[in-house]
Amino acid sequence: MTLAEEPTTATPEKEIGKARRRKEDARLITGRTTWTDNMVLPGMLHLAVVRSPVAHAKITNVDLSAAREAPGVVAVFSGQDFKEEQGSIPCAWPVTPDMVNPGHPSVAVDEVNHVGEAVAVIVGRTKSAAQDAVELVDVDYDLLPPVLDMEQAVAQGTGLCHDHLESNESFTFVFDAGDAGTGVDTEQAFADADVVVSRRFVQQRLIPAFMEPRSVVVQPQGDNYTLWSSTQVPHILRVMLAMVTGVPEHKLRVVAPDVGGGFGGKLQVTPEEVLSLLVARRLGKPVKWTETRSESLMSAHHGRDQIQYIDIAADREGNVKGLRCRILADMGAYLRLVTPGVPVLGAFMFTGIYKFPAYRFECRGIFTNKVPTDAYRGAGRPEATFAVERIMDELAVELGMDPLELRRKNWINAEEFPFTTVAGLEYDSGDYETATRQALELIGYAELREEQRRRRESGDPVQLGIGFSTFTEMCGLAPSRVLGSLSYGAGGWENASIRMLPTGKVEVVTGSTPHGQGHETAWSQLVADSLGVPFEDVEVLHGDTSVSPRGLDTYGSRSLVVGGAAVMKAADKVVAKARRVAAHMLEADEDDLEFSGGTFSVRGTPGTGLSIQEIALATFAAHNFPEGMEPSIDAEATFDPVNFSFPHGTHICAMEVDTETGMVKIRKYASVDDVGVVVNPLIVEGQVHGGLAQGIAQALYEEAVYDADGNLTTGTFVDYLVPSAADLPHFDTGNTVHAAPGNPIGAKGVGEAGCIASTPAVVNAALDAVRHLGVSDILMPLTPERVWRAIHQGGDGGGRATAGTVAWGGASTETTTGVSTDESSLGGDR
Amino acid sequence: MIPAPFAYARPTTVDEALEAVASGGEDVKILAGGQSLIPVMRLRLAAPETVVDLTRVAELRGVREEEDAIVIGAMTTHSDVLSDPLIARYAPLIAEATGTVADRQVRHRGTFGGALAHADPAGDLPAVALALDAEFVIAGLQGRRTVPATEFFVDYLTTALEEGELLVEVRVPKLGGTWGMRYEKFNRVAQAWSIVAVAAVVRREEGRIAEARIGLTNMGPTPLRAHAVEAALVDVEATGEAVAAAAEHAAEGTSPSSDLNAQADYRQHLATVLTRRAVTVAAGL
Ligand SMILES: Cc1cc2nc3c(=O)[nH]c(=O)nc-3n(C[C@H](O)[C@H](O)[C@H](O)COP(=O)(O)OP(=O)(O)OC[C@H]3O[C@@H](n4cnc5c(N)ncnc54)[C@H](O)[C@@H]3O)c2cc1C
Repeated sequence: MTLAEEPTTATPEKEIGKARRRKEDARLITGRTTWTDNMVLPGMLHLAVVRSPVAHAKITNVDLSAAREAPGVVAVFSGQDFKEEQGSIPCAWPVTPDMVNPGHPSVAVDEVNHVGEAVAVIVGRTKSAAQDAVELVDVDYDLLPPVLDMEQAVAQGTGLCHDHLESNESFTFVFDAGDAGTGVDTEQAFADADVVVSRRFVQQRLIPAFMEPRSVVVQPQGDNYTLWSSTQVPHILRVMLAMVTGVPEHKLRVVAPDVGGGFGGKLQVTPEEVLSLLVARRLGKPVKWTETRSESLMSAHHGRDQIQYIDIAADREGNVKGLRCRILADMGAYLRLVTPGVPVLGAFMFTGIYKFPAYRFECRGIFTNKVPTDAYRGAGRPEATFAVERIMDELAVELGMDPLELRRKNWINAEEFPFTTVAGLEYDSGDYETATRQALELIGYAELREEQRRRRESGDPVQLGIGFSTFTEMCGLAPSRVLGSLSYGAGGWENASIRMLPTGKVEVVTGSTPHGQGHETAWSQLVADSLGVPFEDVEVLHGDTSVSPRGLDTYGSRSLVVGGAAVMKAADKVVAKARRVAAHMLEADEDDLEFSGGTFSVRGTPGTGLSIQEIALATFAAHNFPEGMEPSIDAEATFDPVNFSFPHGTHICAMEVDTETGMVKIRKYASVDDVGVVVNPLIVEGQVHGGLAQGIAQALYEEAVYDADGNLTTGTFVDYLVPSAADLPHFDTGNTVHAAPGNPIGAKGVGEAGCIASTPAVVNAALDAVRHLGVSDILMPLTPERVWRAIHQGGDGGGRATAGTVAWGGASTETTTGVSTDESSLGGDR
Repeated sequence: MIPAPFAYARPTTVDEALEAVASGGEDVKILAGGQSLIPVMRLRLAAPETVVDLTRVAELRGVREEEDAIVIGAMTTHSDVLSDPLIARYAPLIAEATGTVADRQVRHRGTFGGALAHADPAGDLPAVALALDAEFVIAGLQGRRTVPATEFFVDYLTTALEEGELLVEVRVPKLGGTWGMRYEKFNRVAQAWSIVAVAAVVRREEGRIAEARIGLTNMGPTPLRAHAVEAALVDVEATGEAVAAAAEHAAEGTSPSSDLNAQADYRQHLATVLTRRAVTVAAGL
């Protein structure tokens, strides 16, 4: 090196693509943050909710007198006290014009429709005072028969879930590709087909089971209210609470502080949020409500719960000709925020990655006396993906074809993108073949098939199976116009603003409220690259309607692809404004300025640099500013894409099945996902792992079970089986990258992919292991008992006994103590 | 959730504890590790008037040797059991089964005595104690008595402990050398209770099975001995066939429950498979 050489300024390392550890994790993991339940306000009162122990009844009397006299109790309210002002929990997605909505009181007035429904609320000086008084509320119930089974609920002459309605049906939603002009006539396609395979699949009911229980704090200040809630959707909550309670929107501030998970389970306007606000308004005092885990399992909304009747048509060579889906979707007892929309969202994904010429989807929303269903990770897409990936395997068996060969024959080829499907969606980009090839390599496919053959030939008690899921999904719940066409009650845009502070630090305000995803880290990476400032100099603000006034929050894998895109647009605007200031200060023409690594310099004039952080200080001083320009380089942007983005991938599961006991064990799992451009590989990996865990959990472990009386018998984590790391295999993950054309980042969204893709791969793998023993379907979750029965007794494994296990004396749900009938099977000693 | 209000005593000796129990009123609960009691109280399925906490009673904790037995204090935690050299040497079955109990956090609080006194049919240690012919030393205000395992487990969550009595320690005969042991636990996720489990203790003699003792977990309201299997395994050739034939009798005399995890007939099937597997390992096959 000679001294004469110019010192080279190394271009700073790109942040996008860096496996940054999440900057928010230290505080989240160590609990050094304010969760809603940590909040303590002077004079704060505590709520405890009295819940129905019965699934369906008229309330004939509510006696609050003993509870009112209990020590430390300030007030007790029943539904009668709030019936004029509580309105109905809103349903923002009327999927058909004639959809029936029975109305959803926050606290029951005349009738209860599911176990766990609120019937009274106690206000105490302490949490324990409120809790102690719960048992003192005396409610008389006139029992009605519960409606619990969807197939029975739609039969003639059956009982009603709501006796003021004519039937148990909320709506019938139909999408017919022939009518929509996106495909040929479905009936004709089936009539002409060589082969038709029909199956009935059951998507069991699941519980989102987020880690942090729900919690609400409300503080009245004059006629203003601040409401803190462990919610995914502070912005939506604010609008909805204003509409439901009549507290004007501008008098209501909603804050979602750090939130410990949601998985869709906190995409809601909950009865308890409404109740907390009503009580605070009535008493003029701050109040807090925090649920117990048992309350959470039995009263927070559930997910999935569909019965799917799927028909597929093909010719003998394996070219698919048509797909027909008839779905019964369990709404539960009421419609919550997007209850009916969940199965309808799936309507557009049942055809998966395949080129079906004909498609018809028909979904009936059914009321039962169970807690309402609503969004749960994937919301509609896991159901659809499961159906198509399972039926493709069944068709392959029918045709005697290799399941992968059948898929290959029918999937969209890489050169066909963008591709408009028979469901009318335009898939943006991808390459299913490459992802599949990579996944096959990752898992060591040839060796596994060889081992499978050996085990089969030797009649090994442990058989091996391999299952595929070649999936796609729609992400980035946005295009406002598309959502409008589906009668969704809100838009899908996202908002961001960037504030350049005098010291050069940057505040990024996002409307997409995180609840564990790592927005603070990813947004900082985006801004660090766009503005050329250090990662550490960026702070991301969110979750408070007075700090981030505009936003539509976090769900549907939308945050990065919509919210992150808004941040990028805002950053572009900041740079544009700063450029003008820089030109003024450097006495150069804007067009002659180069912006790189955070510094403006005059092209061809080395050493003239002015950093954007210096410009921020100059803007603060505003001593020397361009003529006619406001002294600010802050900017705001709103992004509303024109299309969804479509991540895809190939997941392969290798499964061992112990034919003697029915125990299944995942031997290997490989997934190759295309989530577009990866901003932070560590976060993507984490999302994939978590998604896989939940998708595998649906296949193998989790199910919300009600007994014949409508008691939730999986009322604790002893019986609602959430797997831990110890129960899951090593995941071999990979990526292909096809940038999404629809947003400036090129990202496609990864929050739900693992959860959507994995379930059918796991079930297909188990079936592949035992199909030669005569098994063609096993109900989820694949409990050892079901697998064993399917192998040794035929059928799909059948229903489970509904009694809770005996551990802890058969503790099912706390409210069900002592109210079991001969029909119920709460288990244990009661 | 929050338990109902209760009075609390924390004695430091067995005598003090017995006094505290006697004077605690109508419904007194003894608190050991609290891993079963506290959840039940939080769910308000139990609302004792007084809780007597044994965690400060030092004399109840630890394992000692006494001639042909080892003596395990009731308050010895599961994690203490796992690292104890006497248990490893003379009753490794206890450590093997304890290692399958719950997770680290629970094992650091939960106790050997608590698990036995709780007598949960899905709990792992009762069947182990039964298979090892353990003896239970019980203290009351009137003095101490010893109850064999076969008489200790009376019914669902019910033991020979009378009101006012404490389980003090458990004597386990030393079994070494020619004895082989195995605990076969069947559950769906790592931290869960047994759906069915089998504890097998086998004495081997020159290629033969001299005797076998089989304890069954969760095959009825109490832990059970698989007597028919044991009878079929007296002085037989140690072969896979003999073991499999004997294991076919594992469900005889059982009355398992039907619940979310398994219906009774499937539990009975599992018992035969798990018995075969447990005995096979215990017999060194
Ligand atoms: C998540 C979880 C998973 C678990 N999984 C398993 C499992 O897989 N297998 C398994 O076997 N167990 C399992 N357990 C239970 C665990 O082993 C408990 O520790 C045990 O059952 C009770 O022991 P404890 O010391 O906590 O007793 P406690 O809960 O304190 O007491 C239990 C009962 O015994 C009585 N008692 C306790 N000590 C005495 C005494 N000295 N004299 C008289 N009465 C007494 C108490 O009054 C109470 O009724 C699990 C527990 C949890 C929380």
